[in-house]
Amino acid sequence: MSASSVVRPPRRVARPGIPISRVLIYFCSLLIVIWSVGPFLWQLSTSLQLDRDLIGDQPKLLPIPICFDHFVNIFVAKSFQRYIFNSLVVAGVSTLLCLVIGAVAAYALARLDIRGRFGVLGFVLAVSMFPQIAVVAPLYVLASNLGWLDTYRVLIVVYLALGLPFVIWVLFGHFRTIPTTLDEAARLDGARPLTIFFRIIVPIALPGIVTTGLLSFIAAWNEFMFALAFTSDIDRQTVPVGIANFTDLHYVPWGDIAAASVVVTFPLVALVLIFQRKIISGITGGAVKE
Amino acid sequence: MPVARTLTQVHVESGMRFPRWRPGAWLLLVPALGAIGAVSVYPVLLGLWLSFRNTTLSSPDDAFIGVSNYQQLLADGQFWNAWGHTIEFTGASTLLETIIGLGMALVLTERFLGRGIVRAAMLIPWAIPTVVTSKMFGWLFDGQHGLVNYLARIFGLIHTNINWYGSPEFALPTIVMADVWKTTPFMALLLLAGLQTIPRSLTEAASIDGANPWQQFWMVRFPLLAPSLLIAAMFRALDAFRIFDLVYVLTGGGPADSTEVLSTLTYKNLFSALQFGYGSALSTLMFVTEIIIAVGFGIFLLKRFREVKL
Repeated sequence: MSASSVVRPPRRVARPGIPISRVLIYFCSLLIVIWSVGPFLWQLSTSLQLDRDLIGDQPKLLPIPICFDHFVNIFVAKSFQRYIFNSLVVAGVSTLLCLVIGAVAAYALARLDIRGRFGVLGFVLAVSMFPQIAVVAPLYVLASNLGWLDTYRVLIVVYLALGLPFVIWVLFGHFRTIPTTLDEAARLDGARPLTIFFRIIVPIALPGIVTTGLLSFIAAWNEFMFALAFTSDIDRQTVPVGIANFTDLHYVPWGDIAAASVVVTFPLVALVLIFQRKIISGITGGAVKE
Repeated sequence: MPVARTLTQVHVESGMRFPRWRPGAWLLLVPALGAIGAVSVYPVLLGLWLSFRNTTLSSPDDAFIGVSNYQQLLADGQFWNAWGHTIEFTGASTLLETIIGLGMALVLTERFLGRGIVRAAMLIPWAIPTVVTSKMFGWLFDGQHGLVNYLARIFGLIHTNINWYGSPEFALPTIVMADVWKTTPFMALLLLAGLQTIPRSLTEAASIDGANPWQQFWMVRFPLLAPSLLIAAMFRALDAFRIFDLVYVLTGGGPADSTEVLSTLTYKNLFSALQFGYGSALSTLMFVTEIIIAVGFGIFLLKRFREVKL
């Protein structure tokens, strides 16, 4: 017998009744997984079922016989690809702008000598708490005066500004964790602040920047109210507006809705599962450990 | 919510020294502050201005009318109806999400096989667009063919189908359930972050002293977690208070205005009735309520922090 059996690890002492509590833990975590994944799986199954099975007396859990009519339907009859394209443009461009502008601001706040740094951060935080309904009407008036209604521009600018507080705060946190000695060494070599930013800070913080970008992309991709208010033409409407409008006059096309939900959610779910560790540390400020 | 965590870190690190480079530093903030100013601050002020006018987009009316929008609002039954639902929704969803989220977080602090998978799965409800969540719950809770009715019948919980969001009594609870589904896992991850900052040695010490898990939680973990719990609950409450997507897509405020909340009522006043003056008065009042909630929590938190320090 080795020494380890003599010096027992403290955790065993800490938890005497392990078997029962283990079972309980696994049971609870199973419930959490069902909670999180169940409704989406049901949506997936629904999207693959025949309409007559959906309105039968007894719901079928599995899509047998499998049918792809709903997917064909949303692309052929409902031009769903148009909404997807619009969403990609709006969310993509606004996220890129948001990252550039937000990262520069976060850099200035985290690494340069700015009086009232915390005042600026507090202001940015307060702005992110504004109820969006309070700005939608004035912005509508402004956009209409500028002739910006039904354009990509208006949504890009709005999503840029809505995303900035989040990006600034998260990247501020990231940049503060990079040792300042790096900046100092570069400054002694004669580098200007923006050079330091692009050559040193950005490369080091790149993983965090990518995750932050992913989170703000998801936020822009999912935004509904401004898209609803500012666009009325399918050529500019985004995915959430498209899905919200998926209602026929006499019945609700649950199968088509489910198919559209799966199409727009699947990439998000995939991205989230791939980047899960980074996302969790992004949204919790790096506090969740393995 | 993520900012809440960063806030605490900032305080820890604020003793750091900063290199001096004053003139240009503010210039780097100009694009960001300009965008935020143009899209958030200026419109809020413009909205305040609009709220004192009788602007309607469907008529040439556009004159200063003092506080009469607000007077009309306070006498408006629809406003108080929506106000009540918003408070109910905010209270119920924040409370449920905090309690269930704490439960989930406690499960996840334990080490077990597959914990990473559980945590990854928990991000799915958060990532799904709210509009999709609405439609998803619309289908799950469908009065005729919904899976929830079917399962509840099989397990003998109900005898006949419930017309969940189609009936005034169950519509708001259905919306609360949809929101709890979507947001609780996210809340749990935030609270998990808080729990993990509590050193394991503390609970271990308590258990060596003979504290059972229940006592360990209430005597050791809970008091230490309380500040993060309150901050998370505050951000959640502020967010819940502005609920729009779920209600607008699932019920549109119906049936019989039983799920009308302040955001949907404001939106209808703005974009259906085109009453920009009156709608702006509504949104300004919402804004004021948000400030009151935030300040209330803020004072409470400050008091607590001061107690902890002493």
